[in-house]
Amino acid sequence: MNTSNAARLGLILLLAPLLVWLLALVILPHIDMLLISLRERVAPQVYERSFANYAEFFTEPLYWRTFARTAIMSISATALTLLIAFPVSYYIAKMLRGRLKGFLFLLCLVPFWVSELVRTFGWMILLRESGVISNVLQWTGLADGPVEMLYNDATIMVGLVYTSMLFMVVPLVTTLDSLEDSLVEAGYDLGGNGLTVLRTIIIPHAMPGIVSGCIVVFMLTLGNYLTPILLGGKSSMWFTAQIYTQFITRFNWELGAAFGFLLLALSSAIVWTGLKLSRQTLSESMG
Amino acid sequence: MIPSIPQPRSFRTIYGAYVVLFFIYLISPLVVVAIFAFNDSMFPSLPWGGFTLDWFLNSTEPRLGLFHDSRLLDSIWTSFYIACWVMTLSVAVGISNAFLFERKSFPLKNLLYMLMLLPLVIPGVILGISILVFSSTIANWVELNLGLNLEFLRPSSFLVILGQFSFISTITTLIIAARLRKFDTSLEEAAQSLGAGKMVAVWTVTIPYLKPAIIGAAIVAFLMSFENFNTTLMLVGSDQPLTIAMYGRLREGSTPELNALSLLLMAASGTLALLSVFVQRDRK
Repeated sequence: MNTSNAARLGLILLLAPLLVWLLALVILPHIDMLLISLRERVAPQVYERSFANYAEFFTEPLYWRTFARTAIMSISATALTLLIAFPVSYYIAKMLRGRLKGFLFLLCLVPFWVSELVRTFGWMILLRESGVISNVLQWTGLADGPVEMLYNDATIMVGLVYTSMLFMVVPLVTTLDSLEDSLVEAGYDLGGNGLTVLRTIIIPHAMPGIVSGCIVVFMLTLGNYLTPILLGGKSSMWFTAQIYTQFITRFNWELGAAFGFLLLALSSAIVWTGLKLSRQTLSESMG
Repeated sequence: MIPSIPQPRSFRTIYGAYVVLFFIYLISPLVVVAIFAFNDSMFPSLPWGGFTLDWFLNSTEPRLGLFHDSRLLDSIWTSFYIACWVMTLSVAVGISNAFLFERKSFPLKNLLYMLMLLPLVIPGVILGISILVFSSTIANWVELNLGLNLEFLRPSSFLVILGQFSFISTITTLIIAARLRKFDTSLEEAAQSLGAGKMVAVWTVTIPYLKPAIIGAAIVAFLMSFENFNTTLMLVGSDQPLTIAMYGRLREGSTPELNALSLLLMAASGTLALLSVFVQRDRK
């Protein structure tokens, strides 16, 4: 009896921090945000339940266009990151051995310990009108005058793909590393060429890594703020910037909260679909 | 497409070149940031004006160097203060959670585990605004009903600490739980059969075993807090942490002082990152 009491006390003591954390900082704030998104100010200090904020999102083209644009660009950035990262991950996991392999893998990780702000700053120095690439182009005679490469969609894409790379390379290298060489050899022995081996052996094996990489990259891109704003300037039209404007600049918390929920819904829907398609659970792909 | 299978030479060359290009893409933004920290010019861009250490050491405007810029130094201190709190809190909660999920069985365990992972899939901006909304609701209620003005529940460093803690705890939990899972519980039982109490056994046997993971989690938590932008942006008060201050300067257009700062940050976080890798690799 005594030991079971002690065990129960231990359980309660260990549960307490978890519950306080989750309730006070995650669950209740989101419930509160939902309630605020569902109210409308009818007079100073007087509020009514309504869907007006969500209705405003759908009737004001600027809002839903920004939303759709953010979603489409995030999906493209995810696809592009996968396309660029896959060959590199395969090279590191399967073509290299020993020291060089470990070194290159570490080299992939190190840039991402540096703040996103610093990385974006680097791209600004490279791409701006008076920047390095513009000067190189002029010097080699490929351009007649200064070239402004900031503030367009392609630049935003370069920055987003760059920022996301780590979260794609790590899961890909990990899953590809566990692929047995003999399976690939067997594929060739049975008469397959490079493409069939890639399609029927390598990609199916790497699928868990592809899915968890894509989920994380998509989520981070969708919620990104710095890269689109700094590299895209006024033309970035990113949804998180819209949320910021409503909350901090316009002080319209009701609309901002509704926007927050829409972004959260989109993000969760994509994560959920990805997990369903790959028959994985959240715990498996995160842990 | 593995070394043991012969491939045409041209394919190998192209593939190798692609990987080299990839690493150039990865490294070049960091290299230019570092190089322009030493440019003797008012702007971090070409033309190259010669080598100078002014952006670190000079003490007068307009070429104010980093070590004499009290506003930036203050913001470094604010970030450091916030990061220390976040690190301490999230490592403590991480250890507690690791023991809870690895050692205990209780109803709704799977549901709570899912909830524990949730902060990882919520965009940082939204975590920030939800905490901002909730703390304001509480502060407004207290002010209306009790007549107290709870200043710390308005945007402030306190809220920034809570906001960062809310998702960094998930990461520390995962790191520490992963190592606890590999622990052989018979070692703890041996300590107990040699006369140690349960707590003593955990403290003298299990915690030392967890030490690499705890140090690793602490470093990760510190860096993630120091470099966080999205959540911080929504909760920041009058004391600006470094990322917010840097963001302001970047938008205004800055002198190479910002490069000097970035170079220091790269050196510091690079060192910490390597340290965390080696600490966790040790004795695995």
